[in-house]
Amino acid sequence: MLPADYSVEMVGITKEFGGVHALREVSFRVRPGEIHALVGENGAGKSTLMKILSGAYQKDEGVVRIEGKEVEISNPHSGRQLGIAIIYQEFALVPDLTVAENIYLDHLSSRGGIINKGRLYRQSEELIGGLGFDINPRKMVWQLSVAYQQVVEITKALSEEARILILDEPTAVLAPKEVKSLFEILRRLKEQGVSIVYISHRLEEVFEIADSVTVLKDGQVTGEGKTEQMKPDDVIRMMIGRKLTTMFPERELRIGEEILRVEGLNRGKEVRDVSFSVRAGEVLGIAGLVGSGRTETVRAIFAADKRDSGRIELCGKELQLKSPRESVRSGIGFVPEDRKGQGVILSMSVRENVTMPRLRSVMGWFGFIKKTKEQRITEELIKRLRIKARSTESAVTDLSGGNQQKVALAKWFGTDSSLIILDEPTRGVDVGAKVEIYNLINELAARGLGIIFISSETIEVIGICDRVVVMRQGAISDILDKEQLSEENIMRAAIGRSRSSAVDIRTSG
Amino acid sequence: MRQGLKKGIDTLLKYNTIFIFLVLVFASSFVSNRFFSETNIFNLLRQVSGIGIISMGMLLVILTGGIDLSVGSILAVASVLSAYFLLSMPLWMSLVLTVFAGVLLGSVSGFLVSNRRIAPFVVTLAMMTIGRGLGYIISNGSPILVRESGASLKSFGSGYFFKIPGYFSGVPQPVVLMFSIFVIVFVVLRYTVFGRLVVAIGSNETAVKLSGVRVGVYKFLVYGISGALASIAGIISTSRTGVGSPIVGRGFELDAIAAVVIGGASLGGGRGTALNTLLGVFILGMIGNIMNLKNVPAYPQQVIKGLIIIFAVLLQGIERRGQS
Repeated sequence: MLPADYSVEMVGITKEFGGVHALREVSFRVRPGEIHALVGENGAGKSTLMKILSGAYQKDEGVVRIEGKEVEISNPHSGRQLGIAIIYQEFALVPDLTVAENIYLDHLSSRGGIINKGRLYRQSEELIGGLGFDINPRKMVWQLSVAYQQVVEITKALSEEARILILDEPTAVLAPKEVKSLFEILRRLKEQGVSIVYISHRLEEVFEIADSVTVLKDGQVTGEGKTEQMKPDDVIRMMIGRKLTTMFPERELRIGEEILRVEGLNRGKEVRDVSFSVRAGEVLGIAGLVGSGRTETVRAIFAADKRDSGRIELCGKELQLKSPRESVRSGIGFVPEDRKGQGVILSMSVRENVTMPRLRSVMGWFGFIKKTKEQRITEELIKRLRIKARSTESAVTDLSGGNQQKVALAKWFGTDSSLIILDEPTRGVDVGAKVEIYNLINELAARGLGIIFISSETIEVIGICDRVVVMRQGAISDILDKEQLSEENIMRAAIGRSRSSAVDIRTSG
Repeated sequence: MRQGLKKGIDTLLKYNTIFIFLVLVFASSFVSNRFFSETNIFNLLRQVSGIGIISMGMLLVILTGGIDLSVGSILAVASVLSAYFLLSMPLWMSLVLTVFAGVLLGSVSGFLVSNRRIAPFVVTLAMMTIGRGLGYIISNGSPILVRESGASLKSFGSGYFFKIPGYFSGVPQPVVLMFSIFVIVFVVLRYTVFGRLVVAIGSNETAVKLSGVRVGVYKFLVYGISGALASIAGIISTSRTGVGSPIVGRGFELDAIAAVVIGGASLGGGRGTALNTLLGVFILGMIGNIMNLKNVPAYPQQVIKGLIIIFAVLLQGIERRGQS
């Protein structure tokens, strides 16, 4: 029998989550012994596609062929039996076991329940050595650097005779030197005939390591080909090329005094020397890939996390914020990214949620709550934000995602905040609620508040922000004014390519 | 018809604590005709008054998502201290100092939990040992008799309120105290900012913190309150027996936790009410009471008590699954 043309062939894959298409008729092919990059923006469907391939998700429609044979991968176990191994960003290693035990965790050979440790170590040593590494298999996994942990993960996959290796953003956690050694491993594996799917949005890496590339956008394939025949700019265009819709309401711009000034903000590796300012009536966007330090930056400003250094001024006064309470008192409101986990209290009523940051204003003698006043405030907020709840007493958990988010927003409406930080306020809400949230943001800005708006959806950042700070690997890589806002410029800054090359395309195209 | 039945069962599950309580009251009156006698009821109430008071503090701690294992030991320290102080001080001063000591011990736990972020279980477990040890040290290992100057304390232990000579022998004073504390906790939880935040912290501490609330302060306070209430229970114990004893209150922390849990509170925090906790206390008390009336030996009593706790919690499990 002739070897199959493709080691992986996925044709017409469609996957829906609750009526939303995560993937639509996606076709994806990997040749034997090639490194195939899968790129796309956050939420483009890369992970979903790979979870289907590895058996973590089930496809709704389509065909999957492995080495030319049609297969049904109904769970991760059957995926592994077909030789498919996936390595996630968060490693699935057990830190308190040795390297060898981790490698053979799923198939520890034992006689009568007793593990033959000598053999285990010998075999592990051979496997790791075969990859060209020198890691003591007796070491505990937690003692290893992140890069070596990744090597252990890969070794583990190979010990299960994986022929198809999927790496999900493998370099996100690695230092440049470690990236180099990872690439060496990948090349060696390639020579041994292993097919590698490499998920990333770092284009430099893709063009350095991959033989071919498939681009996903909004759950569809927008381009594929050999990397030799493509240019990074082509790929960027395939990643973002879509039309601006009329979702974004117009707003009269009245930008006033500076409200917030951040200088030299540092916190660990996630926030490095960040400086920017927000003015009254301005919506300042913070864009960047997931993990670029956006959330960490605003959390440090709000004092939800301690900062290492940096100066923060609010309305011209320097603040020494040490806790969220002090931030709230000085006039900063914060709608966190994780709505259910941090933004609202699901089990409590709309009323109890929206008055949480302003309990002082409804507190009477001996700490009793002025129920009528609280009721009135809540009713006003429900009306003003058009929260769809049966009453002020409905538990937040019973509301839809969009309305839950409105409750999280309502907490800061009508408080005397001068700056409101919104971290991914539209994630997971439907289009209608999104537009309503945009309107609410505009309303706040029009009343002279400063707004910081974080979003992973580039289009939304362009539609709603007056100025955008783009972050990359914990530092600001660019600050774009309104006229400079385009998906290309934002993506370029986010993945670390200079803005000037954008001009090149325009002049040449 | 079907619908009605389903609705009935739902209501039953929702108010399962009251349901279990009523069933027990009903069953008890059948099992023993002595149950509903005035003497027995007040005896029962007096017996549970200590646990009842402790449970109210325990409820506050559990609502924040914590636990307080030190209450039994604080009770013993308070019992010893109140008798010890009476040796050289007037009654009011020794009571104030005793309660202060309870607050102090509770606050140490509270500080370690809120400020040093040690797990409440570990902190209060240590405090349980420390408290018990302190009780033995202060008393030199033997009970301290309450002197003449403390006669009014003794009369409190055996005294009555609302007495109507010839008609009604009155309500034992410790019982009145328990109900008063229940009413205060009930009102605090329902109508005050403090109560709101205690429940909110147990439901989602991060969300509360990000709303600008000093979460640590409230977590600190609940342990202090729990210590205060435990010391009040200790004073009652001394007043009833006339001796300050370092061995009282052993295992009370578990009874208090059981009462709170039977009352439908979640050990994860954020769920529970004062009324249901009080019912939980009564349920536990009645189980013991009725078995005593029927002369059930002590060992089977414990097994049956445990089974009833499991049954009560199982019922709540059904209700919660029905919700989600």
